[in-house]
Amino acid sequence: MLDLEFMRLAFGAGIVVGLLAPAVGFFLVQRRLSLIGDGIGHVAFAGVALGYLLNLPLVLTALAVSIAGALSIETLRARRTAAGDQALALVFYTGIAGGVVLVSAAGALNVNLFQFLFGSILTVTRSDLAVIAGLGAAALLLIALLYRLLVAVVVDEEGARVAGLPVSLLNALTAALAAVTIALSMRVVGILLIAALMVLPVIAAARIAWSMRSTMVIAMAIGLASVLTGITVAYYADLPPGGTTVLVAAAAVLVAEPIGALRR
Amino acid sequence: MPVAVRLDHVSFAYGHGPLVLRDVELEVERGEFVAIAGPNGGGKTTLLRLVLGLEEPASGQIELAAERLAYLPQRAQAGVDAPVTVRELVAAGRAPRARFLGPLRQADREAVREAIERVGLETQADRRLSTLSGGQQQRAFIAKALAADPELLVLDEPTTGVDVEAQESLAALLEQLHRELDVTILYVSHEFGAVERFVERIVLVRGEIVFDGPPSALPGVWHDPSHAHA
Repeated sequence: MLDLEFMRLAFGAGIVVGLLAPAVGFFLVQRRLSLIGDGIGHVAFAGVALGYLLNLPLVLTALAVSIAGALSIETLRARRTAAGDQALALVFYTGIAGGVVLVSAAGALNVNLFQFLFGSILTVTRSDLAVIAGLGAAALLLIALLYRLLVAVVVDEEGARVAGLPVSLLNALTAALAAVTIALSMRVVGILLIAALMVLPVIAAARIAWSMRSTMVIAMAIGLASVLTGITVAYYADLPPGGTTVLVAAAAVLVAEPIGALRR
Repeated sequence: MPVAVRLDHVSFAYGHGPLVLRDVELEVERGEFVAIAGPNGGGKTTLLRLVLGLEEPASGQIELAAERLAYLPQRAQAGVDAPVTVRELVAAGRAPRARFLGPLRQADREAVREAIERVGLETQADRRLSTLSGGQQQRAFIAKALAADPELLVLDEPTTGVDVEAQESLAALLEQLHRELDVTILYVSHEFGAVERFVERIVLVRGEIVFDGPPSALPGVWHDPSHAHA
């Protein structure tokens, strides 16, 4: 399997995505924004469609549009212009509708699109891997550096604001990190399922962990194991890796639940 | 004594609704321990949020001399979706005083340890918050507030959902902190409970300030019937 270059590229991208998605998802789950990844995923679809229409690199257009969408959700939520779920619904549906119109205008409503929706082990190119590894490493480094501040916000947002922490900036940064994760992950997991990889490993980890830090580390380990197992199964069974990866992560939740119950 | 907080003819309404607070005049000196009491819906929490800058007044001026603020919100919760430990919670409180990037320095870790010791949770420091009693959880949140070495400590209904014994020990802890740390404390509650014995001043809020003075001068009908004042 590893003799094939496309599999090596898929595994390379998978390692970055498997570690990054739960690391970002950790902060979303703590802030009860588990579904924000889904909203941004739909916006990323519009970004892919825009890339087709303008004949630009799809990862970059998806990245730009996702960040814009994520910051819009955060702004609407923070200004209380709309309740959190309404802000999400607005951006979510505008993204998918815009994507359908754009992709249709580009004449790209075909099987290639399916690969972006559910992932494909065949689609990761060398230049994709360079972008994924570079931006992924930068995002992980940023999370490591800002970990304490991000935790202070998720533990008690108002307390952090009163104490003088730059809460709005940190929230916008978390939203932007979610957008970057989604744009980087869409080749491997697909934009319809990437949100699951951000959330399910965290839910599983929280069942068995003993602290915030251990929750994050275990979630990243589960994310990595899910992606590597998912890609391997996808290769042998000729299935979309997004589906197999997320099913492994969902199984991790099912396994973690009774283990956690025993420990409690 | 220098003034820690001053509200000058402050009024407030949520959106276009009726006034929640009318023409509030309040001055709190540095180092005072003040209870802000009154019925539910009377505007106590709104008053605190105005002081902390979380809400903007419709009219009037608010001056806040203290720079280091710590706020314990009503029904503070943490680690609902992840098992936060006491030490992690208190370290989160230290974040504003520590360097922003990277791990905590030794001096900051020491400050976290001291804050945990001060509230008597040293043997529970690495336990998950969710495994502690309601009273212990509130102590952990107070340690979180103390970790920032605050000049002004604001607590909103800290005894909600806590049994009477824990309320007594929480009140004694606050009195001790006030005595030892020279911190200004604003304590909001709809009932005075055990804290009445320790505060120097009670401010009753019912849309406006209807009483402001020492607990001993408080008209009898306002006392909490559940707690006989010695």
